[in-house]
Amino acid sequence: MSGTKPRTLYDKIFDAHLVETLPDGTALLYIDRHLVHEVTSPQAFEGLRMAKRPVRRLEGTVAVVDHNIATDASRYTGIDDPESRVQVETLERNVKEFNVPYIPLTDARQGIVHVIGPEQGLSLPGMTIVCGDSHTSTHGALGALAFGIGTSEVEHVLATQTLLQKRAKNMRVTVEGALPAGCTAKDIVLAIIGKIGTAGGNGHVIEYAGSTIRALDMAGRFSVCNMSIEAGARAGMIAPDQTTFDYVKGRPHAPKGEYFDRAVEWWKTLPTDEGAVFDKEVFLDAAEIVPMVSWGTSPEDVLPITGTVPNPEEGADEARRAQLRRMVDYMGLTPGQKLTDLKVDVVFIGSCTNSRIEDMRAAAAIARGRRVAEGVRAMVVPGSGLVKLQAEQEGLDAVFKEAGFEWREAGCSMCLGMNPDKLTPGQRCASTSNRNFEGRQGPGGRTHLCSPAMAAAAAVTGRLTDVREIAEGKH
Amino acid sequence: MDAFTTLTGIAAPLPMANVDTDKIIPARFLKTIARTGLGKSLFANLRYREDGSENPDFVLNQEPYRHAEILVTHENFGCGSSREHAPWALLDFGIRCVIAPDFADIFHNNSFKNGILPVRLPREVCDQLMEDARLGGNARLTVDLERQVVVRPNGEEISFEIDPLRRHLLLNGLDDIGQTMQKSASIDGFETKQRAAQPWLYGAAQQEERTAS
Repeated sequence: MSGTKPRTLYDKIFDAHLVETLPDGTALLYIDRHLVHEVTSPQAFEGLRMAKRPVRRLEGTVAVVDHNIATDASRYTGIDDPESRVQVETLERNVKEFNVPYIPLTDARQGIVHVIGPEQGLSLPGMTIVCGDSHTSTHGALGALAFGIGTSEVEHVLATQTLLQKRAKNMRVTVEGALPAGCTAKDIVLAIIGKIGTAGGNGHVIEYAGSTIRALDMAGRFSVCNMSIEAGARAGMIAPDQTTFDYVKGRPHAPKGEYFDRAVEWWKTLPTDEGAVFDKEVFLDAAEIVPMVSWGTSPEDVLPITGTVPNPEEGADEARRAQLRRMVDYMGLTPGQKLTDLKVDVVFIGSCTNSRIEDMRAAAAIARGRRVAEGVRAMVVPGSGLVKLQAEQEGLDAVFKEAGFEWREAGCSMCLGMNPDKLTPGQRCASTSNRNFEGRQGPGGRTHLCSPAMAAAAAVTGRLTDVREIAEGKH
Repeated sequence: MDAFTTLTGIAAPLPMANVDTDKIIPARFLKTIARTGLGKSLFANLRYREDGSENPDFVLNQEPYRHAEILVTHENFGCGSSREHAPWALLDFGIRCVIAPDFADIFHNNSFKNGILPVRLPREVCDQLMEDARLGGNARLTVDLERQVVVRPNGEEISFEIDPLRRHLLLNGLDDIGQTMQKSASIDGFETKQRAAQPWLYGAAQQEERTAS
């Protein structure tokens, strides 16, 4: 496999983890890191129990609770929702029974699985990383092959530390140039999804490349790779470089001393070879990116904040027109309406897309010295206990609280409507999360995806707002 | 997992593209620790009104589609999350086959693990089958995995492609964990090699550090 043919980053990591190729070409792929959470694991552990199988490699596995839990102080006195409580208690029983390393709710390191993996150095460049969650693509920002799996595959990895995989196609998205003022990694990835569509990456692994991507810090890279799945790609990756190595160095589970140097030596061989062929190539000029916001109920339905609600009757065919009508109706919009005229009820800053310290800082920069608009509920939910601590050391919690934002405990929170943080029917939310599907943040809720700075701007003006106007002192 | 060989049944038409996993089963129903019992929550936000009553406009609330075993739909079915609750909910409702122009990758994969057959056919063929499905109970479709054909009510046969290994596992109702367990010597061998090349992946890093200091 390793001959002289130029290979992509994806090919190299795939090849390095190939245990065996089955006669029909299916690969048995070794998995270095398996992250487990409460929602997609109970049936997998039950399967192991029934088949009397142990977890094959405990040190390759780590479990945490994030989806189901409340993000206020009530979580420390027990979970109110009986079903959520059963699910969390089931995970706790399972990790005990199978001896799986576990980060409990009361641990400062607890947080969203896709924030704490990299934060703890559990996720490293060159690794294969899986989790029963589609946003596992996040970890690909380290130059790893990371993707979401279903519960049957969770059981397969627990039992065998491998997965049966078909090789995916290679796709490269190249973004070149300096990012305009007011734009962030989130705007890049929303622009990419808007361009290629929500099925644009189906069957592919996306490598993000180009000067704009290389200039991003790790938080920005995580945001970009996180939303690969919203473009249909199970995995997104960015070649590891000095930014990556500096990020990894010194993290609790990262290699130390001489091992770190040896690891870096290997990681430096991973970037895509000159001349490697991609099945699909997409190019974006960073200069054309503007602060983005989603208007519909699919992540591909994004527009520049300066845009207006589309007219469904201009859809390409009847199926698309019907889809657009449904979206306009569900979202409570009027064709031609300016996006900046849309009033918000709720602002959510958090989720595995945008809950790192850099995201907190970007939101705080807008919140500082301003007030959350009358009638708006604005919440800030750090991605991990450690992000929360660091933000508090930097005084960001005080900035948020003074401005009227809620400052909460780490968890998935209002990204997905399965814990107490939910929208009520008809509520409109500016959200830094990743999905604007119907009912995603709660039945009948209306989600507008945007960057942390844009979400904070919406909080202080009470409507979707072009963050560049804040910088210009217009609000 | 139940084997899938041939299925003849009522097909429900769902002419929507990008049906996401939150539509198939909203997150509030993922709090179960079982694989069964999710059928009543399938498509909950489309199927029930706010007061919990059935929405009569939704296809699965209409006769004969309450008994559908096949779903015919549009592009990118199952996009979104990795929740296997989506195929579990379909299965628990009684749907064992979904026909669409294409599927989101993770959903596609999860379906096979649960004895659900996702059939990819071109959009215009799906539209034809959707017309058949609209004829209701007298117009059953047959999906024959052995012969890799969908048989229309008029007897016309439409062939479909499927990965041979997946076909084999489905036809025989095989669990792939058992199969992989037979490769344990190979996996041991991989770990031995990897441990030598990258000892830091094997918990040695911190120990080394402690020894060194």
